[in-house]
Amino acid sequence: MNLLMNQTLTRLARAAVVAAGALVANLAGANAGVELLHFSADSGNAASVQRGARNFMAYCSGCHSLKYLRYNRLGEDLGIPDDVLKKNLMFTSDKLGDPIKVAMPAASEQWFGRVPPDLSLETRARGADWVYTYLLSFYLDESRPLGVNNTVLAGASMPHVLWELQGWQKKAEHKAEGEHDGGHHGGSPFEKVTDGSLKPAEYEAFVVDLVNFLDYASEPGKQARISLGLKVMLYLFGLLVLTYLLKKEFWRDVH
Amino acid sequence: MSNEGVDGNRRRFLTAATSVFGAAGAAAVAWPFLASLKPSARARALGAPVIADISTLEPGMRATYLWRGQPIWIVRRTPEMLASLDKVAAQLVDPDSKTPQQPAYITDKSRALKPEFMVMKGVCTHLGCSPILRADHPAPEIDTNWQGGFFCPCHGSKFDLAGRVYKGVPAPTNIIVPPHRYDGDTVVVIGEDPKTA
Amino acid sequence: MAITPNPYKTTGALGWIDDRFPLTKMWKEHLSEYYAPKNFNFWYFFGSLALLVLVNQLLTGIFLTMHYKPGAETAFDSVEYIMRDVPWGNVIRYMHSTGASAFFVVVFLHMFRGLMYGSYQKPRELIWVFGALIFLVLMAEAFCGYVLPWGNMSYWGAAVIINLFGTIPFIGPDLVVWIQGDFVPSDATLNRLFSIHVIALPFVLVGLVVAHILALHEVGSNNPDGVEIKKNKDPATGIPKDGIPFHPYYTVKDLVGVAGFLILFCAVIFFMPDGGGYFLEAPNFTPASQTNTPEHITPAWYFGTYYAMLRATPSFAGTQIWGVIVMGAAVVILFFVPWLDKSKVKSIRYKGSLSKIALTVFAINFVILNYYGLQPPSAAVQLISQIGTVIYFAFFLLMPWYSANEKTKPVPDRVTE
Repeated sequence: MNLLMNQTLTRLARAAVVAAGALVANLAGANAGVELLHFSADSGNAASVQRGARNFMAYCSGCHSLKYLRYNRLGEDLGIPDDVLKKNLMFTSDKLGDPIKVAMPAASEQWFGRVPPDLSLETRARGADWVYTYLLSFYLDESRPLGVNNTVLAGASMPHVLWELQGWQKKAEHKAEGEHDGGHHGGSPFEKVTDGSLKPAEYEAFVVDLVNFLDYASEPGKQARISLGLKVMLYLFGLLVLTYLLKKEFWRDVH
Repeated sequence: MSNEGVDGNRRRFLTAATSVFGAAGAAAVAWPFLASLKPSARARALGAPVIADISTLEPGMRATYLWRGQPIWIVRRTPEMLASLDKVAAQLVDPDSKTPQQPAYITDKSRALKPEFMVMKGVCTHLGCSPILRADHPAPEIDTNWQGGFFCPCHGSKFDLAGRVYKGVPAPTNIIVPPHRYDGDTVVVIGEDPKTA
Repeated sequence: MAITPNPYKTTGALGWIDDRFPLTKMWKEHLSEYYAPKNFNFWYFFGSLALLVLVNQLLTGIFLTMHYKPGAETAFDSVEYIMRDVPWGNVIRYMHSTGASAFFVVVFLHMFRGLMYGSYQKPRELIWVFGALIFLVLMAEAFCGYVLPWGNMSYWGAAVIINLFGTIPFIGPDLVVWIQGDFVPSDATLNRLFSIHVIALPFVLVGLVVAHILALHEVGSNNPDGVEIKKNKDPATGIPKDGIPFHPYYTVKDLVGVAGFLILFCAVIFFMPDGGGYFLEAPNFTPASQTNTPEHITPAWYFGTYYAMLRATPSFAGTQIWGVIVMGAAVVILFFVPWLDKSKVKSIRYKGSLSKIALTVFAINFVILNYYGLQPPSAAVQLISQIGTVIYFAFFLLMPWYSANEKTKPVPDRVTE
C-alpha cells in the first residue's frame, strides 16, 4: 500500500515538473510571427487625430472606406465646423450625415486582386501595434506584381501609397528571410533606398497621427465613455462609503 | 440581538441619505436607456434637410419632396391664386394663422417666406391623410365659393391655397408649414430655419 | 372570499391587496422575517450579485434587441449601428457584453462557496441541483449570445461548438445540419440562436432562479460553519438564536457588496470593455467569413476549463465523441455532488485535511485548466490539460472516499463569529 502510494506520488511529481516546464516553454513561445513595434494609440489627442483625419482623407480614402463613421460625427467629435468639413474632408459625398465611402469605382478588385477592406474597425480587429508596424514595413520586392511587399502582411496586395512621403526601403541584407528582430537592437530591419519628402521622424509622426485617427474611427465614443466612467467611479465610491456606513450602523444590533 | 445604544437619528439619516443617493444613481442609469430610444444618428441623417431646386417649377404647379418620411409640397402660386386667398377669408377657421402651425418667422398672411412659393406639409391636420390639390374652380361639388385649394379625400376637409382650413370640416387647424429657408433665389432648404444675421 | 381582516391586520391600500394577494406574506417570508445566519462572510455576496447581473442582462438585453437585427447580412452592421449611431448604445452594449463575463465570475465564486461550506448537503440538495441547472442554461445562453454579433469569432465559434454534435455516432452529421438549418452556420442558424437567446433561455433561467430561491427559503440558508441555526431557536419567539432578519441586515450588507462589485464592473465597462481581448475578442471586429478562419479559435474565456477537457481527450476507435462526453460529464457530475460528499460535517472548516487539500487543488486546477483551454494547441498544452482533466474528475469521483475517511473536527452548536 505504502509502496503504491509512493510510486503514485513520484509519478505525480514528475508530471508536475513536466507541466511546469511546458508552462514556461509555452509562455516563451507565445510571440511567434513577426515582432510588432509597440504603439499605444491615443484617440484623446485631438490635434493628432485631426491631422490623422486629414492624412486619411488625402491618402487612404480613395480606396478604403470607413463605412461605420459619419462625416458629421467626425466633425462633432473633432470640433471641425461643417463648412471646413465639406471643403477639406468630404470628397465622396456632400451630405454631412453620410458615412465615409470610397471614391474609387467598384472595378478596384481587378486592380489589386481584392477589394481594399473597410478600415472602420481595423485597429480593434488587428490592434494599433499591427497597423502602426504595417505602415512602416513596406519594402521593395521585385517578386511582387507591384514591386512592393510588407513584412507584417507578406504578399500584401496594397501598393505603398505613402512612398512619396517615406521614400523606398528594402530589407536589410544581413538578415535572412523569416528572421525577426524588429527594432529590438536599435537597428531597423530595413535599409533606405531613396528618400521621401518627409524625414524618417516626420514620416513616423505622420503614421502616428494616422493610427490615432483610425483608433478614433474604430470607436468614436471612446473618449466620452472614459470621461463618463470617471464620474461613475466617483459616484460609486460615494455609494460604497454610504452603504458601508449604513451597514455598520444597522449591524450594531447584531451581537 | 438587542437595540441598546441605537442612535435612531443617525440610522434614519444614513437610510435617507443612501436612499436619495441611490435613487439619484438609479435615475441616472435610467437616462441612457430612455435616451437610446431617441432617433439614432442614422435616423437623423435620413431626416437631414432636403434641398429643393424650384427654378424649373412652373407657375400654378406643385412639386413634392420627402422630408423625414413625409411629403412636403412647394406650390408656385400665380397672382390670381394669391388673390383668391382674400376671397375665402370669411369661411376660414383661422384666416390670420394665429395658431402656430407655421414657424414664427412666417408672418405673411399668405403663409410663405415668398408669397409666390407656398411650402407646406402634404398632410391633413385631421388624421394624416394627404389632401388633393384642386386648383380648378368653381367646383360646386366641393364648395359653392371654391377658389382653388386642397381637398382631403378621407373625410372631406377643405383648405385654401395657403393651407388654411375651412370652417365646418373635420380638420381643426391649418396645414403645417415646415421650417425652411432660401439658399439663393431658387433653392429651398426644407428642414432648416433661416440663418439669422 | 378572503378572510377579512387578513392575518397581518394591514389596512388601507395594503390591506386591500393583502385580502387578495399575499403581498405582506411574501415580504415577510422572504425578507423581513426570513432569518439568515448572522455569520455570513465575504463569499455570501455572490448570490445577490448574480441576481443583480441577471437583471442587468435582462434590462440591457431588452434594449439591445430593439436595435439589433438578426440575420447574416444585418447582424454585424447592426451591432456597429448600436455602438455608433444609437444614443448611449455603446454603453448599453458594453454593459451587456461585460455582464456576460461578470455573470460567470460571480457564478463561479458562488459555486465555489457552495463547495467550501457544503451548501449542497442535506437538506439543500435541490438548491444545488437547481443551481447546476442554472449554470448549464447560462452556458447555453452565453454561447447563443456569443454568436449574435456575427463577427468572425462568432461564426467559427458557432461552427466548432455545433460540430460537437457531429461526433454523435450515426445521426451526428444529420443532426448538425438540422441544428444549423443549413449546411454551415448561416442566416437560419443565427436567427434560431437569437430566438433561443432572447426568449427561450431567459424564461427558463428566470424560472430556475425563482425555484433556486424558493428552495433556499424553504430550508433556510447554510453558513460558513455549516451549523443548522434552526436547531437552536428562542423558545419564546421561535426565532433561531443565530438568525437575523434578511431585511434590513442583509439587504444593507448586500448593498455594500453591490457598490463594491459595481466599481469593478463599471471599471471594465468604461475603461477596458474589451477585457484585454477576453471579453470582446479582436477577431470578432471582423465580419463573419466562411473562408477565413481566425488564426486561433478560442471559446469565450468562461468556457476555457471545459474546452481544455474537450481538447485533452484523444479520439479513440475512430470517433472524437469521447472529448464531448468528457466535457459533458464534467458539467453533469456537478449534479451528483450532494450525494458524493459523505462527510458528517458540512463546512470545510470542520472537514479533515484531505478535503481541504482536495478543494484547494481543485480550485487551482480549475484556473489552470481555464488558462490552458484558451492557449493555442500544443503537445505541452495537451499534457497539462490531460492532467488537469484527471484532477478535475478525481476531485468528484474520490469524494465519497476522502470525505468519509478523514478525521473531522467537532462542529460547534452555535455559529462562530
